[in-house]
Amino acid sequence: MPPRAAPTQSPPIPAGLTQSQLLEIYRYLRLTRTLEERLTALYRQSKVIGGLFRSLGQEGESVGSAYALNRGRNQDVLSPLIRNLGSMLVMGAEPVQILRQYMAKAEGPTHGREQNVHFNDLEKGYLGQISHLGDMIPVMAGIALTFKLRAEPRVGLVYIGDGATSTGTFHEGLNFAAVQRVPLVVVAEYNRWAYSTPPEKQFAVKDLAEKAKGYGVPAVTVDGNDVLAVYEATRFAVERARRGHGVHFIEVKTYRRKGHAEHDDQHYVPKDELDWWAAENDPVDRYVKQLVRNEWAEERELKAIDAAVAAEIDRATDACVDEPLPAGDSALGGVYLDPPAAPRHWYRSL
Amino acid sequence: MAHVTYLEALRQGLWEEMERDPRVFILGEDVGAYGGAFKVTDGFVKRFGTERVIDTPISEAAIVGAAAGAAHMGMRPVAEMQFIDFISCAYDMLTNYVATARYRAGLGTPIVVRGPCGGYVRGGPFHSQNPEAAFFHTPGLKIVYPATARDAKGLIKASIRDDDPVIYLEHKWLYRRIKEALPEGEEILTPIGEARLAREGKDLSIVTYGATVWKSLEAAEQLAKEDGLAVEVLDLRTLLPMDDAAIMRSVQKTNKALIVHEDTRTGGVAGEIAARINEQAFAWLDGPIMRVTAHDVPLPYAPTLEDFVLPQTDDIVKAARWLAAY
Ligand SMILES: Cc1ncc(C[n+]2csc(CCOP(=O)(O)OP(=O)(O)O)c2C)c(N)n1
Ligand SMILES: [Mg+2]
Repeated sequence: MPPRAAPTQSPPIPAGLTQSQLLEIYRYLRLTRTLEERLTALYRQSKVIGGLFRSLGQEGESVGSAYALNRGRNQDVLSPLIRNLGSMLVMGAEPVQILRQYMAKAEGPTHGREQNVHFNDLEKGYLGQISHLGDMIPVMAGIALTFKLRAEPRVGLVYIGDGATSTGTFHEGLNFAAVQRVPLVVVAEYNRWAYSTPPEKQFAVKDLAEKAKGYGVPAVTVDGNDVLAVYEATRFAVERARRGHGVHFIEVKTYRRKGHAEHDDQHYVPKDELDWWAAENDPVDRYVKQLVRNEWAEERELKAIDAAVAAEIDRATDACVDEPLPAGDSALGGVYLDPPAAPRHWYRSL
Repeated sequence: MAHVTYLEALRQGLWEEMERDPRVFILGEDVGAYGGAFKVTDGFVKRFGTERVIDTPISEAAIVGAAAGAAHMGMRPVAEMQFIDFISCAYDMLTNYVATARYRAGLGTPIVVRGPCGGYVRGGPFHSQNPEAAFFHTPGLKIVYPATARDAKGLIKASIRDDDPVIYLEHKWLYRRIKEALPEGEEILTPIGEARLAREGKDLSIVTYGATVWKSLEAAEQLAKEDGLAVEVLDLRTLLPMDDAAIMRSVQKTNKALIVHEDTRTGGVAGEIAARINEQAFAWLDGPIMRVTAHDVPLPYAPTLEDFVLPQTDDIVKAARWLAAY
């Protein structure tokens, strides 16, 4: 996208962003949503083998926060959760690799060993989670500790769900990071649900930010469906961490619009609440309105991005949908560096 | 007699104990309004209320620890792990606090910690585990692992009534796959510590538990048809304390022992069973004690990989054939 001069009467673009960056953010939002829609279709065709966890309605906070990091080879590192597909795309994960991973393809990033977004590329700057909630907080504290020990101007960012702030590892990890003053930004996603459990049954504070304050960590609460607000808050936290001021905690208020996973019928969710978030507070809709109203972008440009993204996802799907699954005995490799493979059981060669 | 699934049998057992004993209560993630991730406690909150069916924060250590405290005070808590894989987050509570309480402090801790375990469902490394070996090594805990609908019911009821802590492992692959006629109006209680003869035979004993009971029965059937072999299948049902007498009875009859489990091999329960047979029935053996287990890797997600790693019926057939011919 070539840089263009801003129209004369439009309000200034916030947070030091350029017009082409605004469009790039839009592209990541659209890419996330379109890719998830494709995954849903593949799930319905039983091509996605395990569960599918959507981030519908939360794309804004994923993209906005990740976009605030320094990206490129060996820059900042983040650790995404299942609903942070957008963050991974911003860090450079390729849609075709995500598709392969969900479909357990041999050529996928974990060669069929792991599912959904549980994979990593530390050079690009993302470290996949494991299922056990909270575990990535201490691990990311260790990554940030290394940046500090080596005096590298790099920052770690880790996501945590509102429900997962109840785990022991969250608390130990946050406290550890705070005491060590490591360059870590924690993005806590208040999305109203943890599976079927609402915040009132999860914690007795109103805002997750209060938890961070208990560890001496500065914390802010932002509108998670305002992409630029999330970007700005994260940018501030990241730069502060980079300057050696330690951990920063950002609570993003958002809403999980789909069930916990695709199998969940959401019967416990008030229908009018869902409708309201879909109609009035969709992060992509809001961003589009903001871009167009402020004349930071024209609808025509956004439509062109939509078409390019759709074509990209089609190409990525076509490239991998018919690929083979891994060969069974490849399961034995890679448990250790040495010896390189686990032994095959005796009766398999009878 | 109504036909009920393994899952429904478990649900009935829990329900009956809740009805019978007001000290029994359930705690876990999403067990109330949602009825549990697999719907084991579906409808419970309506009947028993939110004080006896408690939706907890995502805090496995607190769930188990709080259950222990309540149990000291005379309650009978049943703690659900949403997937048994997350019991590792409560490992400290279970092995250090709960398991030692009676021995070191004379404290009874009658809790049940239950949850869906096992593979064959494409769950990947963190939704497929069989954690028995991690707890098997800890004196003070009991471990039960039903394979049938009848035992799913009988063992949950016995576990709740037991005065010591019980880890109740339920196999999610069996939840809706197994259907069985269970008598209505009769109380089903499966004694903890007693194995079940799932199939009688004279040529070889398969000692197993959990989902591989069914794979072993399938193998036994095939071996009967194709090889004319009479394979005995012993379903352990309880792993701790183990029913040594039943194992030795079977091995002394058939003189051949094949141990089958879904968990990985190294440090698995099969090693302990083999040692016991060796110590208690060596003179009766006409062949080496052999094992069919998962391979020693984390359980992978892709169907091709999972199928390769886990023990399959065909593996049991091959291993049994080899051992029968020994
Ligand atoms: C330690 C642990 N316990 C239980 C689970 C099962 N589990 C998976 S996701 C989830 C809810 C997570 O809620 P939240 O942290 O709010 O994230 P969200 O799904 O809203 O993104 C639960 C209970 C788990 N993955 N890890
Ligand atoms: Mg949540």
